[in-house]
Amino acid sequence: MSEFFTTTAIVATLASGIRLSAPFLIAALGESVGQRAGVLNLGVEGVMLIGAYAAYNTALETGNVLAAVFVAILMGVLMGAIYAFITVVMHAQQGISGIGIYLFGLGITDLLFQKQVGTPKPIDGLQSTSVPLLGDIPTVGEIFFRHNALVYVAYLLIPVVWFVVNRTTFGLNIRAVGETPEAADTLGVSVTWTRVSAILIGNGLAALAGAALALEIGIFQYNLTAGQGFIAIALVYFGAWRPSGIMAGALLFGIVSSTVLQWKTLGIVSGSASSFTAMAPAVLTILVLVVVSRRIGQPSALTKPFDRSD
Amino acid sequence: MLEMRGITKRFPGVVANEGVDFTVRSGRVHTLLGENGAGKSTLMKILFGLYRPDEGSVHLEGTEVEIRSPADAISRGIGMIHQHFMLVPTLTVAENVALGLGGAWGSSDLRPIRQRLVEVSERYGLEVDPDAFIWQLAVGERQRVEILKALFRNARILVLDEPTAVLTPPEVTDLFTTLRQLRDDGRGLVFISHKLHEVMEISDEITVLRDGRIVGNTVPESSSRESLAQMMVGRPVLFTRTVQHHDPGEDRLVVRDLVVQGDRGNLAVDKVSLSVRAGEILGVAGVSGNGQRELAEAIFGLRPVESGGIDIDGVPAGSLAPKAVRSKGMAYVPEERMRDGVIGEFTVAENLVLVDHGSPPYTRWGFLRFGAIKRQCTKLVQRYSVKTPMLETLTRSLSGGNIQKVVIAREFSCGAEVLVVSQPTRGIDVGAAEYVHEQLLGQRAAGAAILLISEDLDEVLQMSDRVAVIFRGQIMDQLPRSEATAMRVGRLMMGLKAE
Ligand SMILES: Nc1ncnc2c1ncn2[C@@H]1O[C@H](COP(=O)(O)OP(=O)(O)O)[C@@H](O)[C@H]1O
Ligand SMILES: [Mg+2]
Repeated sequence: MSEFFTTTAIVATLASGIRLSAPFLIAALGESVGQRAGVLNLGVEGVMLIGAYAAYNTALETGNVLAAVFVAILMGVLMGAIYAFITVVMHAQQGISGIGIYLFGLGITDLLFQKQVGTPKPIDGLQSTSVPLLGDIPTVGEIFFRHNALVYVAYLLIPVVWFVVNRTTFGLNIRAVGETPEAADTLGVSVTWTRVSAILIGNGLAALAGAALALEIGIFQYNLTAGQGFIAIALVYFGAWRPSGIMAGALLFGIVSSTVLQWKTLGIVSGSASSFTAMAPAVLTILVLVVVSRRIGQPSALTKPFDRSD
Repeated sequence: MLEMRGITKRFPGVVANEGVDFTVRSGRVHTLLGENGAGKSTLMKILFGLYRPDEGSVHLEGTEVEIRSPADAISRGIGMIHQHFMLVPTLTVAENVALGLGGAWGSSDLRPIRQRLVEVSERYGLEVDPDAFIWQLAVGERQRVEILKALFRNARILVLDEPTAVLTPPEVTDLFTTLRQLRDDGRGLVFISHKLHEVMEISDEITVLRDGRIVGNTVPESSSRESLAQMMVGRPVLFTRTVQHHDPGEDRLVVRDLVVQGDRGNLAVDKVSLSVRAGEILGVAGVSGNGQRELAEAIFGLRPVESGGIDIDGVPAGSLAPKAVRSKGMAYVPEERMRDGVIGEFTVAENLVLVDHGSPPYTRWGFLRFGAIKRQCTKLVQRYSVKTPMLETLTRSLSGGNIQKVVIAREFSCGAEVLVVSQPTRGIDVGAAEYVHEQLLGQRAAGAAILLISEDLDEVLQMSDRVAVIFRGQIMDQLPRSEATAMRVGRLMMGLKAE
C-alpha cells in the first residue's frame, strides 16, 4: 500500500485520471445537450463505438489524426440524424430506440473490424503535448498540462457548452423545448429543429468521445468502450444537467479508474482482488444513480415526444 | 380587420366547430361566450395556427390567408393568451418573453428586452419582475407575462382564452383596465368566458357558441344575464339557489395544525386548522396551487402528514391509508377526475363499484358477481342520471360532466358521512354542474359534513355555510356566509389581510 502514497505514484494517478476522464466528459456533455432539449439518448455507448472505430480505421488508413477525428464526428452526426428521425420525426419511444442504436453500434463496429482489419494493428495515436510554460511547472504541470489535444478539447467544451446553453438564443430554445415544448411552439420556436440540432450535437460529441478513447490507446477491439457511454449518461444525472457538475462526475470516474489501474500495476491488488477493484466504476455508477435519484433539475419534457395536434 | 368564415372542425367523434363565422374589429372587444366543450378554444386555436380547419377560411384585412403554425399567426399580428398558460417555469420572465424572438444562433442579450419589458409593463399596468422565474410567480402575475409576450410581438389582434378563470375579483378588475387600454389603442380583442357578469361588463359585441354552432350574436345593451344564459345553455338557468338554513350538528372532521409537504419537498400546507360539522359545507377558497390539492390528499391519506392531526368523529385518522380512512366513513371526490377519480380504460360499471368490488355482495370467494354488480350499477346510473350508452361503455369516452357523475355516484352512495370534495364542477357543463350542486346540498341536508375545496369563487360563495380562504398553505381567515363577499374573499385569496 505504501508504494501508492509516493508523490510520483499520486501525480501519475491524478494525471492519468484527468486523461481517462476526457471520454466521459465529452460524451456526457453531449448527452446533456440532448437531454436539456428533452431527448434521452441511451445509444451513447453505440455511437462512441462507432466514433472509436471510425477514428481508428481512418488513422490506420491515412495516418492522419485530424482526419480521423473529423470522420468520427461525421459518423456520429450521421447516427444522430438516424436517431433524430426515429424519435423526433416518427415519435418513437426514446428508451428502446436508444438501446437499438447501442446494439447497432456494438455489432457493426465488430463486423467492420473483422472484415476490414481482422487482426489487431496498433496505430500511432495522439501524442501528449506539453503546454508551453505551464507544462514546466513541477507537479501541477505534470498533472494538468501534459496531455493529448483531445483532453484539452474536452475541458474546453465545459465553458463552451455552458455558454451555448445559457447564453445563446439557440440555448434558450433548447431549454424551453426540454421543459415546455408547447410553450416554445406557440412562440414560433420549432420544437422539431431544436431537438434535431441538439441530438446532432450530442451524437457528434459521443463519437468524438469514442475517437478520444481509440486514439489515446491506439487500438480498437470489440466493445472497446466497455460501458463508458452508459456511465456518461449516469453522469448527466449526477451533474444535475450542469456542465460543472458533469465535470466533477467525470473527474471522479477518471480518478477511480486510474487508481484501479495504478493499484494493479503496482501489484497492490492482484488475482481475485483485482477483479473486484475492476468493478469499482460499475459499483460507483450504481451508487451515483441511487444518490441522485431525486432528479432535481431534470427537464420536465425529457423522453416525451412532442406532437402539436394532441 | 379579421374574419373567419364558415369554419368547421371535426375531431374523432365530435364536431367542435360547425360553419362558424366570427369577426374581430379593431378597437372592439368581441366576446365568445359558451359552455365548456362548446368549441371556443378550438375556434381560437384554428385562428392561431394550432389546428387546421376542415372547412372554411380566414380573411385578414380583406385578403384570404392560410395560418399554418403559431409562428405564422404571430407574424400576422395575432397573439393568444391560452387557457393553460404557455410559459416555461424554469426560465425567467425576460427569457420567456425573449423566446422565439432572436435568430437561431444569436447570443441572447436580455438587456434590451428587460428594458422594453419595464416600459411596456408600466404603460399597461402589467407589473412584473423581469428577472423572476416563472415558477416563483402567482397565477395573476403569470397571466401578465402572457399578455406581455403577445404585446412584445406586436399583436394587433389579441385572443384571451378564459383569462379570468384563474383570477381573483380584484385581479379581474385590473385585467379589465388593461384590456380597455389595449382596445383604445385600436387593437382587436377576443375575450372568452362563461361568466356572465364579466361578459356584460367588458364586451362591445357578444357571440354565443353552443355545441360548436353559433346560436346568437348580440350586444350587452340589448341583453341580460338571463337571456345570455338561456342562449348558452339552451334552456332557462337558475341563478340564485336558496340554500336552506339549518343548524349544523357536532364536529365530524377536525384538522389541527396540519403540515404537509408538496411534491418538491416544499411546505405546501402550513399549520392548517379546520373543522367541519355535520350538515355543514365548509368551503375552501383559494387561487390554484396554494396547497389545496395537498390538503385534500393528506386528509384522505394519499399524502404523508408531517405534523398535526386529523380526527374523524374524535378518532385520530392522520396518516392512515385511504382504505382505512374510507372505513371511518370518509369519501373523496378528487380534483383530477381522470387521473384519480376513475380509470378511463375501465367500463362505467367497473368504475362504479371500484371501492366496494372486493366485498359482498359484489364478490364471493374471490369471484366477481356480475349479476349483483349490474343490478347496483343500473340503479346508480338511473339515480344519478349518468348519460351512458351502456354499463359496459369505457368511462373515458363519456363527457366530463358524466364522468364526474360516475365519481359522485360512487362516492356519495357508499354511506360516507364525511365528504372531501375538490373542484367538483371544473370543466363540466352547466347542467352537470347544477346537478352536482344539488347532490351536495342533498348530502348536506342528510347530515353529511362536507369540505368543499374549489378554485371557483362563485361556487364557494354559493354553496358554503362558512368560507375558509387558503393562501400559500395557510388559512388566511374563516368567514360565515353572511360576511363572505366576493371582494373580501378575493383580497384574502391574494394574501391581503383586512385593511
Ligand atoms: N385535440 C382534440 N382532440 C379531440 N377532441 C377535442 C380536441 N380538442 C377539443 N376537442 C373536443 O372538441 C369540443 C370543443 O372543445 P373546446 O374547443 O376545448 O371547448 P371550449 O373551449 O368551448 O370549452 C369538446 O367536445 C372537446 O372534447
Ligand atoms: Mg376552452
